[in-house]
Amino acid sequence: MTDENNAEPKTVNRRAWLKLLGAGAATGALPIGGAAAEGAMHHPAPKAASPADEPVPVYEFLNGDEAAFVEAAVDTLIPPDDVGPGALELGVAVFIDRQLNSGYGRGDRMYLQGPFIEGTPQQGYQLRMTPSELIRNGILDVNAHVRDQYKRTFDALGEADRVAVLTQLEKREIQLPTVPTAIFFNLLYDLTMQGYFADPLHGGNKGKASWKMIGFPGIGSMYADKIEAYRNKKYMSEPMSIQDLL
Amino acid sequence: MATKLKPVDIAIVGLGWAGGIVAKELAATGLKIVAFERGGPRATNPDFMAPQVHDELRYSRRHELIQNLRKETLTFRNDPSQLALPMRQLGSFLPGEGVGGAGTHWSGLHWRWTEWEHKMYSGTVAKHGKSIIPADMNLQDWPIDYHELEPYYDKFEKVCGTSGKAGNLQGKKIDGGNIFEAPRANEFPNPPLTQSHNMVLFEKAARNLGYHPFPVPASNASRPYVNPDGVALGQCHYCGFCTAYGCEANAKASPHFTVIPLAHKNPNFEARTNSYVMKVNLDSRRKRAVSVTYLDAGGREFEQPADLVILAAYVFGNVHLMLHSQIGKPFDFKRNSGVVGRSYAYQSMGGVAALFPKDTYFNPFMGSGALGTWIDDFNSDNPDFAKLGFIGGGGISSGSNSGAPIGRHPTAPGSPRWGKGWKKAVVETYHRMTAVGNQGSVMSYRQNYLDLDPTYTDSFGRPMLRLTFDWQENEFRQMEFARGICANIAKEMGAEQVLSRRDRGRYSIVPYQTTHNTGGTVFGDDPRTSALNKHLQSWDVSNVFVVGSSVFPQNAGRNPTGPVGALAYRLADTLKDQYLKRPERLVTV
Repeated sequence: MTDENNAEPKTVNRRAWLKLLGAGAATGALPIGGAAAEGAMHHPAPKAASPADEPVPVYEFLNGDEAAFVEAAVDTLIPPDDVGPGALELGVAVFIDRQLNSGYGRGDRMYLQGPFIEGTPQQGYQLRMTPSELIRNGILDVNAHVRDQYKRTFDALGEADRVAVLTQLEKREIQLPTVPTAIFFNLLYDLTMQGYFADPLHGGNKGKASWKMIGFPGIGSMYADKIEAYRNKKYMSEPMSIQDLL
Repeated sequence: MATKLKPVDIAIVGLGWAGGIVAKELAATGLKIVAFERGGPRATNPDFMAPQVHDELRYSRRHELIQNLRKETLTFRNDPSQLALPMRQLGSFLPGEGVGGAGTHWSGLHWRWTEWEHKMYSGTVAKHGKSIIPADMNLQDWPIDYHELEPYYDKFEKVCGTSGKAGNLQGKKIDGGNIFEAPRANEFPNPPLTQSHNMVLFEKAARNLGYHPFPVPASNASRPYVNPDGVALGQCHYCGFCTAYGCEANAKASPHFTVIPLAHKNPNFEARTNSYVMKVNLDSRRKRAVSVTYLDAGGREFEQPADLVILAAYVFGNVHLMLHSQIGKPFDFKRNSGVVGRSYAYQSMGGVAALFPKDTYFNPFMGSGALGTWIDDFNSDNPDFAKLGFIGGGGISSGSNSGAPIGRHPTAPGSPRWGKGWKKAVVETYHRMTAVGNQGSVMSYRQNYLDLDPTYTDSFGRPMLRLTFDWQENEFRQMEFARGICANIAKEMGAEQVLSRRDRGRYSIVPYQTTHNTGGTVFGDDPRTSALNKHLQSWDVSNVFVVGSSVFPQNAGRNPTGPVGALAYRLADTLKDQYLKRPERLVTV
């Protein structure tokens, strides 16, 4: 890996973006004018707060017990280590809270009319619950199970026990009374991964830390002049998020 | 009670590629045309502006541009013995919604189908005899051949600014292009896109193995381009946000900024968005369509009288409207008779993943929807059907389409899925994993079909469409054969590990596979096995025409958009040159 591959400062990328908008407008390829692009660039760019300035998360959807469960679960699914940050510190619990409170969480694009009949695995999801109802009921189920086994709630367990419970859920060794175990675990897992890797706009992946960790250069780059030059070469740049470019 | 509106000449249902092309071509006639689109209006500005459009969660996971199942979905079962249940969440396929339809969020793989792919029945019988065809397979020819469609394929490529390299120019085979393609009159309008590292490796490996690699024809413009209609396309940025997204650069051809705005230049054309067409209404003898009934965004019901109705919705919409309006005889699985809903087919997506040695950098985030290198050596009728025991084939390719990490954070086999060690596995794999894929043809069978569900209704109270589909032995054999070829190529490319799974499981509606659904309103020469004649006109109701991949008798091992666009241009000519002059049945039997 060479040094020039290793650094592409943010200003260069931003300039490249502007250049592209201008060029596009000139050829009529882009439907917005240069003036509109200029205007868009004059919005103050919000800077991501450093962890120290970060206020305590305020949850919109999750109650205190649920938030404690989700925080503990995402911290167990993606714990911090020397490879990269954990899901909790990247805001994934807040991401999940926002998603559950959104149209998606409320099932606004799902078919939720009956009759509700259990089908084959190939027929997919057949419950009457929205994603937010599913998570809410699943947390009650898991905490009831954990209280029974360990005399405390999931978030109060030590790390090894939390790993053990999530592993049992993943392997369907625990039968939850209300929510099918596999459906609950998979939804929790998917939401955690989404929060960890999604654009920081949605509340997780703070500081684009997961993108930096894997070497994904974000959403603002154009590679027409790089795809050949960087064949089998490491391409590094400071990742750009949606808000970085507004 | 429906409000009855003033009559128009032509009603078009659906404003994707098919409806958009027909609308643009017919608008010039001066006839009064209304197009109905179930989704909202879409324009590059404001709908697809960067950077907001590069939002993986919103577009690729939450499916912003895809059909809203709360309003309308279908039921599914694997075989007729099962109870079909509703598709409550999106999965296997992603039909578009809104102006431009799936044309806004497609990848841009823009094919001409081969000569055999238009004549699968007679082509197969000529080579192998009738006995090779399984008893339950409804193998059927298109009623027109490639050569009749060639000028329309050509026209559609030029409108889209397709980037590629000819492999058969007027019969002359050209190395570096697809030598298995049917003869084309003209070279592609734009040169091929730039290859990524894995594509260079794939090309070299395929050549070493004696195959004939070529660049995938891509409607992602390789350079700034102005099409014959005067519409400018920008140069592709290889930004990696293509499939599932709108393109901010107008580099990916889409009807929302090409044909549809041109239709709007004619004051006699009107698009009614957020308008769900419920039904085509027939006269008392059920021989003529008199109007369409639709609901506006507020749920108010309108009846729009029209002299001519063109169904140009997605596969499921076309079939559903035909069945619900009782146009044509519904397919009856038990008796293997009837035509509407018959011959539903799909496509298989298989192949292998390939892990390369440490310090390999594929840069998967540099790419475009249709960026790939492909071989047709085992596609179309190039495989020896008799020897291999299947009919059909698959396109084998390696491409660079997206590195967006919610969808792409692969790990090596045996790695933890979460917890300690998971991050290390992702970091070690992200840059050195690629794939060699197979896109397999799927034949049509008696037991794979569409009809109306007896139990479930959509939000409008209509019986849902019911999908009955499963993989068949013929397709499993094709997938397995192709997987072996893919694995050999991956090894030849230098893969350290080839990851492949033998899978003969039932078709599942849950994981995304491909939005290449076909059939249900097939066109043909025989009214007993087709819903439409060769001019895409209903055999039963002569002022109803249907266009889209619902007219394909079975599916090929390549993407459907090329022939959909070509058929739409041909339909517009048929209407202008024949039907509108003498509005009657264009074929008598």
